[in-house]
Amino acid sequence: MNPTKDTITIIVGTGTCGMAAGANKIHDYFADKIGEAAPDAFQLKRTGCLGYCTVEPIVDVEIPGWPRVSFGPVTLDNAERLWDMVAEGGELPTEFVLGTHSDPGEVIELRDVPVLWETPFFRHQKRLVLKNSGIIDPESLQEYLTAGGYRGLARALEMSPAEVVEEVKTSGLRGRGGAGFPTGLKWQFAHDAPGDQKYIICNADEGDPGAFMDRSILEGDPHAVIEGLAIAAYAIGADKGYVYCRAEYPLAIRRLTDAIAQAEEAGYLGNGICGTDFSFELLIKKGAGAFVCGEETALIASIEGKRGMPRPRPPYPAQSGLWGKPTNINNVETVANVPFILADGAEAFRRYGTENSPGTKVFALAGKVKRSGLVEAPMGMPLRDIIFDIGGGVQDDKAFKAVQIGGPSGGCLPEHLLDTRVDYDSLVEAGAMMGSGGMVVMDEDTCMVDVAKFFLDFTASESCGKCLPCREGCARLKETLNGIVRAHRDESPEESLLRFQAVTMMEDLAKVIQDTAACGLGQTAPNPILSTLEYFQDEYNAHVFERRCPSGVCTALLEYYIDPELCTGCGLCVRRCPDDAIIGEKRHAHYIATEKCINCGTCRQFCPFGAIKVR
Amino acid sequence: MSKINVTVNGRPVAVDAGSTILDAANKAQVRIPTLCHIEGLEPTGSCRVCSVEVEGRKTLVPSCAEPATDGMKIRTNTPRVLLARKQMIQLMLANHPDDCLYCMRAGDCDLQQMAEDAGIRERAWRRGEHRSHPVDRSSPSVVRDPEKCILCGKCVRVCDEVQGVAAIDHAGRGFDSFVLPAFDDELASTTCVNCGQCVAICPTGALVERSDLSRVWRYLADDALVTVVQTAPAVRAALAHVYGMSGGDAEARMVTALREMGFAQVFDTQYAADLTIMEEGTELLHRIQEGGPLPLITSCSPGWIKFAEHFYPDSLENLSTCKSPQQMLGAMVKNYWAEQMDVPAENIRVVAVMPCTAKKFEAERPEMETEGGRDVDAVITTRELIRAFGEMSMDFEVLEPGEFDRFLGASSGAGAIFGATGGVAEAALRTVFYLLTGENPGPEDFEAVRGLEGVKEIELTLPDGAVVRGAVIHGLGNARRVMDRVASGETDYAFIEIMACPGGCVGGGGQPYGADLQRTAELAGELYEIDEKRVLRFSHENPEIQKAYEDYLESPLSDRSHALLHTQYRGRSQFSAEDEASE
Repeated sequence: MNPTKDTITIIVGTGTCGMAAGANKIHDYFADKIGEAAPDAFQLKRTGCLGYCTVEPIVDVEIPGWPRVSFGPVTLDNAERLWDMVAEGGELPTEFVLGTHSDPGEVIELRDVPVLWETPFFRHQKRLVLKNSGIIDPESLQEYLTAGGYRGLARALEMSPAEVVEEVKTSGLRGRGGAGFPTGLKWQFAHDAPGDQKYIICNADEGDPGAFMDRSILEGDPHAVIEGLAIAAYAIGADKGYVYCRAEYPLAIRRLTDAIAQAEEAGYLGNGICGTDFSFELLIKKGAGAFVCGEETALIASIEGKRGMPRPRPPYPAQSGLWGKPTNINNVETVANVPFILADGAEAFRRYGTENSPGTKVFALAGKVKRSGLVEAPMGMPLRDIIFDIGGGVQDDKAFKAVQIGGPSGGCLPEHLLDTRVDYDSLVEAGAMMGSGGMVVMDEDTCMVDVAKFFLDFTASESCGKCLPCREGCARLKETLNGIVRAHRDESPEESLLRFQAVTMMEDLAKVIQDTAACGLGQTAPNPILSTLEYFQDEYNAHVFERRCPSGVCTALLEYYIDPELCTGCGLCVRRCPDDAIIGEKRHAHYIATEKCINCGTCRQFCPFGAIKVR
Repeated sequence: MSKINVTVNGRPVAVDAGSTILDAANKAQVRIPTLCHIEGLEPTGSCRVCSVEVEGRKTLVPSCAEPATDGMKIRTNTPRVLLARKQMIQLMLANHPDDCLYCMRAGDCDLQQMAEDAGIRERAWRRGEHRSHPVDRSSPSVVRDPEKCILCGKCVRVCDEVQGVAAIDHAGRGFDSFVLPAFDDELASTTCVNCGQCVAICPTGALVERSDLSRVWRYLADDALVTVVQTAPAVRAALAHVYGMSGGDAEARMVTALREMGFAQVFDTQYAADLTIMEEGTELLHRIQEGGPLPLITSCSPGWIKFAEHFYPDSLENLSTCKSPQQMLGAMVKNYWAEQMDVPAENIRVVAVMPCTAKKFEAERPEMETEGGRDVDAVITTRELIRAFGEMSMDFEVLEPGEFDRFLGASSGAGAIFGATGGVAEAALRTVFYLLTGENPGPEDFEAVRGLEGVKEIELTLPDGAVVRGAVIHGLGNARRVMDRVASGETDYAFIEIMACPGGCVGGGGQPYGADLQRTAELAGELYEIDEKRVLRFSHENPEIQKAYEDYLESPLSDRSHALLHTQYRGRSQFSAEDEASE
């Protein structure tokens, strides 16, 4: 197929998320249509993820004379209308057009179609890291080069390694994977460490529930990661690197594998890169899915074939890392920022974000928000703007209750903190953390005790088990929370006492875990409890003292009762109750013995008169 | 080495650069409780009970793992530290069975002591969800009760980093972690060599020796049986340490104590050590003179033997065919002594008191029997012996000194030093020198093999001017390093002494709790003192040995010697017992 200027190009977004929404079927649909019609007149391509999850699958169309136009969600039901427009000159289906890829203000044919970048979801974003995702074909080196790829590496190779380190230090880039340690400083340590063998590792063990920016970057723009790693390797003096990627990301691994092969072929990896004497070999190491392996020393142990457990630091990996050699570890998003910094300079990077947190941050905006997806915002943007301007506010116009930031180890911030600016320091001050950038919006129907329990379940089951406070402490916190939301019909007075005692000790224990755990996972594991305790103490009180879940989420705390006005005494509920908890005479109002009721809700389901209520 | 200055609880102290906070605190004479810390190994910082406050640090830091830096201000007893420490202990207790009364570690348990020190008087967390796992009683030496495990990981590190065996490791994740053999196999079907170093270092009752004490009491209660006992050199050294007396005094009181227990005869394993020297020394000379497989490697340590069977099955011909002194003595009792005293062998029970848990396994090896029956019927450790004294409410210190019984009770100083690393080599060289020259060397001529260096080398010049080189190794990790070189033919040793445990038998897995290298060196010192004070310094001069050869064995390596005192070995799989059966 030789695309000519008359060729019409159809581009289907097939990141893992798009595929989950059915993008492969859409891709097949257009492949079939093109095959039937005129294979030479069309070109069918794939791209990565644009980040706009709510409208997946997304299909872009390039028609000669038009700017590129995005549509979504494109389903098998409406794909025909898109095909009709593309192939038969039919009308543009305005109900699911997202926008054009033209520059704002550009005079174009499609005046009625909004410019994509000016639509609410994109208007407030600044896409540095995601600039190619969902735009270029991730499997094409040529498209990456056309988009300005490998310019950063070329410029870096003209500088000395120390100058490259300096450039990154000047940029103020901080690690995007968690604690926000200055990347340039980390490079400096590895650069300065003596040793003839050094390693660079890219941490792609993205494990926060709901966070998928690293996956999206690897799937949508793998060469950016390769370029960033090559620059880092050159800067610290490493000739070998690993991308430690979780095995649950098969597409990311495949795209990266292909991209590495392309880069080797084109001389961006391997021996004598770009005609210099710099050599760099990049390998992929698949992780088996342990959350703790995102911690750098555990990650190193895992690459070495050992059990993935953190070890004491110091020595830091920059002194003694992989196989005991100086090693620098950066996460995917951090690495993906590097090509821009080298290509356009540290000052260009510092134009975005704040003084102490320059650049942008990608967030996985999820939960009860109208427009969910991957959003890249300049650092310092208030939470409110991200949630309400980019995300469009709370679904179904319910009231906002909290936003959980920073993954399982982050914190839940209430409405009065919505004006918190999103940067490393402000978030920590507010009781949350940047983490990898998970952002879960919760509405009024959310029970904050239940939320804390959810995240604690996660961290407890992902604790590696090495250090005592995390292993045993999280288990006790989890048990205490379970005690709060459980019914206690058969409990002895001693057990009740211990349960209450545990509630009173919960906060102390959480603080001790923060204070003593061996790694970042353990130290931050109690954050969801501490932040909900701080901001939503009344919800805990309702659970503990009133045995009531204000949001109605904790089913064990519900109380079923029969409205005597509505009950006809038909006895249907008595027959359906699995636990003989309903008492009453025929044709007289019945009564539920609360102490026997197991809250299954069956009676309520079967009552023909709506007499069974819940409180 | 450059010094750095820190303060611990306000006390200034200068330590070498590279020292940990714990080192600094020790130097400042500030005690910080530790649990997972093992002196001399890389820190893991897993238990966090040694967490302390360091000025300027956001969180507490584990003192065992954190290097001290110049100007550091360390506080070990602030309310914040104490609260954290109490919580750590409470969290351990939350998952620990409350059966201290019935636990083998009762009264001698690190966890119990730590809770006591921290003033813990009530349970903070109810014992809700807890780890549960069946007890593993498959091994004749070690009983594993994973429910009592607090996951400090010391056993794992000792087994791997010190002993090079790695029979156990952490399995599972988070709260569901256990220390287990691979595939949750029974310990008996793993490469576990039964050395008991894990038992010796375990802070709780999660790893204990299999106790054979009640069996011993049953033998002693049975009037139809003639129950005799033998004791290894290292046992008296440990008793000397426990009861604060010299090795010689402890030896003499131990004999009386054993008589009070009711043993019909009290024999000395050191007698059999002298016998071993006669057999093994002769074997070495034969192999040198007749071109047998060299190096000849000692076979006294059953942990080492099983290690060799698993990991160096191709080198088994290098092992001396001599049984260990324990087994030799048992065979001599049930054949020679039984004949001399006209006691039916089937009525005799031989009990051995050993510093070692692997001796229990060795006694049960199927090949360890002769016409007289099983060589050894029960083995108890030094710890079990002390418990027996406790059962008898015996005041060891006030016992009258006693003497070993004749026939199998006399021993030379050479036999005594068997209990320390280098002792077998030193004792053998004394006799080999005599066998070659007809003259005794100076008793201290070969003391170069003493001390706690992991691998020591020694040379012996033969009358023909040829030089025989040997090596002395303790700790199986060290053995592995040397054996890899032996297996690849890189060494020219004629003989090698290998003891499984660090420091040799004095550092054995059956010795009283609280071992460290310093204590091991002290116990070895007791044995060298016993040697020095003995009139008899050479195995070949032991009159009871000479008489045994005259009356019964004829000569070293005679047919009768072979039948009673020698054995053979078999290769074992590194993987599982099933695997082995199918081979």
